Amino acid sequence: MIACKDKHDLPVGVLWRKVLECASGDWAEEPDGSYTQNVLAYYVSVSCNHCENPVCVTVCPTGAMQVVENGIVAIDPDRCIACGNCQWNCPYSAPVLDRVKKHMTKCDMCRDFLAQGKLPACVAACPSRALDVAPRKEAVARLGRADVAPLPSEKLTEPNLCLIKHRDSLSVRKSAAVLANREEF
Amino acid sequence: MTQKKKSTVAFSPERRSILKLGALSCAAGAAGGSLLGLNHLFQPSEAQAFEVPALPEDPFIFTTCVNNCGNTCVLKAFVRNDKVIRVETDDSVEDDWENGVFQVRACPRGRSMRRHMYSPDRLKTPLKRIGKRGEGKFEPVSWDEALDIVAASLKHCVKDYGNASVYSHYASGVITGPMTRRENFWRLMNCLGGFSLGYSDYSSAQNQAGLRYLYGKAGYSGNAISDIAHTKLAVFFGANLSETRSSGGGLQYEILEAKKKGNTRIIIIDPRYTDTCVTVADEWIPIRPGTDAALASALAYVLITEEMIDREYLDTHCVGFDASTLPEDAPEHSSYSDYILGTGFDMVAKTPEWAAAISGVPAARIYKLAREIGQTKPCYIMQGWGIQRQAAGEMNVMAVAALANLTGNVGIRGGNNGDLDAYHQSKTPRLPVGNNGVKTRFPVFMWLKAVENGKNMTADQDGIIGGDRYPADIKFIWNYAGNTIINQHSEIAETERVLSDETKCEMIVVMDTHMTATAKWADIVLPSCMYPEQTDIVGPSYAMNTDWALLTEAVKPFFESRPVYDVCVDLARRLGVEKEFTEGRDREQWIDYLYQTGTRKTFPEMPATVAEARKAGVHFRAKSRDFPVPFADFRQDPATHPLKTPSGKVELYSAALRTLSQKRKVDSSVLGDVIPFVPQYVATWDGCEDMQTKEKYPLQLIGFHYKGRTHSHYANVDWLLEVLPQTMWINPVDAERRGIRHNDSVRVFNDRGEVRIRAKVTPRIIPGVVAMGQGAWYKPLSADSKVDVGGCINTLTKYRPTAIGKANPQHTNLVQVDRI
Repeated sequence: MIACKDKHDLPVGVLWRKVLECASGDWAEEPDGSYTQNVLAYYVSVSCNHCENPVCVTVCPTGAMQVVENGIVAIDPDRCIACGNCQWNCPYSAPVLDRVKKHMTKCDMCRDFLAQGKLPACVAACPSRALDVAPRKEAVARLGRADVAPLPSEKLTEPNLCLIKHRDSLSVRKSAAVLANREEF
Repeated sequence: MTQKKKSTVAFSPERRSILKLGALSCAAGAAGGSLLGLNHLFQPSEAQAFEVPALPEDPFIFTTCVNNCGNTCVLKAFVRNDKVIRVETDDSVEDDWENGVFQVRACPRGRSMRRHMYSPDRLKTPLKRIGKRGEGKFEPVSWDEALDIVAASLKHCVKDYGNASVYSHYASGVITGPMTRRENFWRLMNCLGGFSLGYSDYSSAQNQAGLRYLYGKAGYSGNAISDIAHTKLAVFFGANLSETRSSGGGLQYEILEAKKKGNTRIIIIDPRYTDTCVTVADEWIPIRPGTDAALASALAYVLITEEMIDREYLDTHCVGFDASTLPEDAPEHSSYSDYILGTGFDMVAKTPEWAAAISGVPAARIYKLAREIGQTKPCYIMQGWGIQRQAAGEMNVMAVAALANLTGNVGIRGGNNGDLDAYHQSKTPRLPVGNNGVKTRFPVFMWLKAVENGKNMTADQDGIIGGDRYPADIKFIWNYAGNTIINQHSEIAETERVLSDETKCEMIVVMDTHMTATAKWADIVLPSCMYPEQTDIVGPSYAMNTDWALLTEAVKPFFESRPVYDVCVDLARRLGVEKEFTEGRDREQWIDYLYQTGTRKTFPEMPATVAEARKAGVHFRAKSRDFPVPFADFRQDPATHPLKTPSGKVELYSAALRTLSQKRKVDSSVLGDVIPFVPQYVATWDGCEDMQTKEKYPLQLIGFHYKGRTHSHYANVDWLLEVLPQTMWINPVDAERRGIRHNDSVRVFNDRGEVRIRAKVTPRIIPGVVAMGQGAWYKPLSADSKVDVGGCINTLTKYRPTAIGKANPQHTNLVQVDRI
């Protein structure tokens, strides 16, 4: 998140990447004062998913939202009128209004870096190497599209986001309410 | 599904193309003819989309973040108009973990460097206090005036009170880099005869003290973390590496690779479901803070009674496991196994049932865990520094380490001695400091007592070393790159009380980059350059296992901030020791000297000159992940490779602790102020069994090391606070009882003070315990109110040094929490 804010000079209040904290579990106290529990927790790092079926492009009245090279979905700042329609329709809430720039903004997969053969800022920055960028046909064929809770169904917009699933996310119903840090974005 | 969505969509593709056609016809018409004035937008689109934005072409410098997270990271700082405008991640190499060469990717803190450099509370000029100490009222002064005052005070204190009255305060804001570290002032003071420096630290003091008695070695002594690739089972007591060792060039990355390689099962015992639990734990065992020794003792009970111990090792390598290896003068029934089995001083068998009630871990789980540990050979048992930062922390440390001895895991590959892992990194040169004429030292946590009453501190009572008694009260505090004075030291109200008396400590000089809580208590504030504003030589920090070196470049210092070396030169001139201090070298010449005599000795293959080295960037050297096994020699042959303990063996019964208990007065009115001679569980004041205090303050409070900051460093960066806010973790059971919902504002209080903070209601913490990350900036509500709205845990901690190590029990607190 920080690498992205730094590269694109995002003000406080604008996040192109969010890390969702997912947590759930119950506690039971035994008579002797000990505890049993079934707590689980995992994180999902998500930005714009540059969907195969991008509803934001469909609903943009000015043609600002476009599919450009490599399947990247990008906003033409000269066309955007900041109506917000893209944000309202995006299942992932990816587009965000930047009040300083006065138009909608979102992850553009660091098109300028990719054009130079460099990795997107977030991918390069992640200390655990948890993020990667790959040709979408192969990645989707191998891993499928992201469909863990609390993400919406992948059938809505066919996100080009593939997850190597966390062991805890496997035991969570896809529709489960596990988002624990909504107040952070 | 797609069909359904279309009908609710405001603009269908067909509709859009209608608009386009409309635009065409509009374009054919007069300018300004369109209804909404949006004419210019609806142009026919080209076959290609709008262009890829051009990549900015600013130059970059290699710089670093070298604070106290145990790591050093590499930053590529892009510079425009003498300012850092953007940072990129180290990409100098391809990751190759097995060979010890991987990108030194900064964590969010280091990554936010430029936001931190130019934040509103960055210090611009030297400041002189006006008004009362601690009011935070200053006037700007020139460097000359500020340093005149500082030099005069130094002269006066050395002359009238002695060198031991000048204290270089505990500070860890700069860990690597000879020209930027604390040694600059130490070298200066040693030119004047010496100065006061504490020993030990706030990180692992109880760990060091306890293990000195058990192993004759003060901590940092375990098998490297990569060793878990050689075992099927690793058990961590705490050790939240993913959060506390966040560098991509450090342990949070290494543990992922090691676990993958070994397919190792990892069990983590911790009051919180930490980020390390998220990444690598196969199982989480929640535990009440301060009770690790109880759990460890019960594990020992099962290991012993179910005959899973390494009897031979215990007889040949250890003292005091049972009567057969006790020293002759030891009291009867005082062996370790006497304590565990119920024939010791308290006649209580340390069964899992006994431990379950205390620790919160179910007895059934304790039996199972003991059997897992006992039946897996080898087994990597490790502890972090959370379990030791308690009122009886030394006992927690030793009790956990004892398990490694019961099971014979000491000194073997894939095993561990129960301590935190040792590290193996290439050394970065340090500025030579010369000889310190002041030989007596106090434990760093005791500094405030040394201000109030240093002359009455003794070896027996206060842990003074290098002498029987400390020779002076502290009169002058030099605080560079640290926020311990007010913020990181326990019981802020108590520190304020002592420091408000200007006849005690006469001069407090704070040299730092931002106006911290500590800086507000200074008499003179000096603005320091930040890491990217000073050239230096850096390399891996103390908790890394790699070999590399980097000669950093610098951008223009912010306003009047200066590098600490240059400031010390100016002080040296005023004190008549400039020649001795500089040896004729300026900053750059020292870097050159240390590069030639230090770095190039370690890395002879590096370029011949500093200039070339700077251009070349980070220099890495490969290193296998199989490190020397600590204590291997001792394990092979204890007779020819004895430990540095009095007996030469592992002291499960410590005669030295018995001697200490006979000399040191303890306070019998304070629960847990005791000095036992075998590792054991001790119930303490403000612990889970302090029933008297729990009547008013029923919740235990711990202060974990938060990924949003490094201690108090980076605490004020708005980008970080946005995504990593300061909150207090509380279990839904405790929250519901108090009508607290997630993100509510709450007050957290005890006899020491009150904090206001937002509640994070989460199942990721054991009931009965709340946790707030340490290091948030203390921010009293007003001049008259001590209520802290910054969320600083030291508003609530107690200044009560531990009995054995005279160390900081900052995780031992009881509080109450209410909704606001």
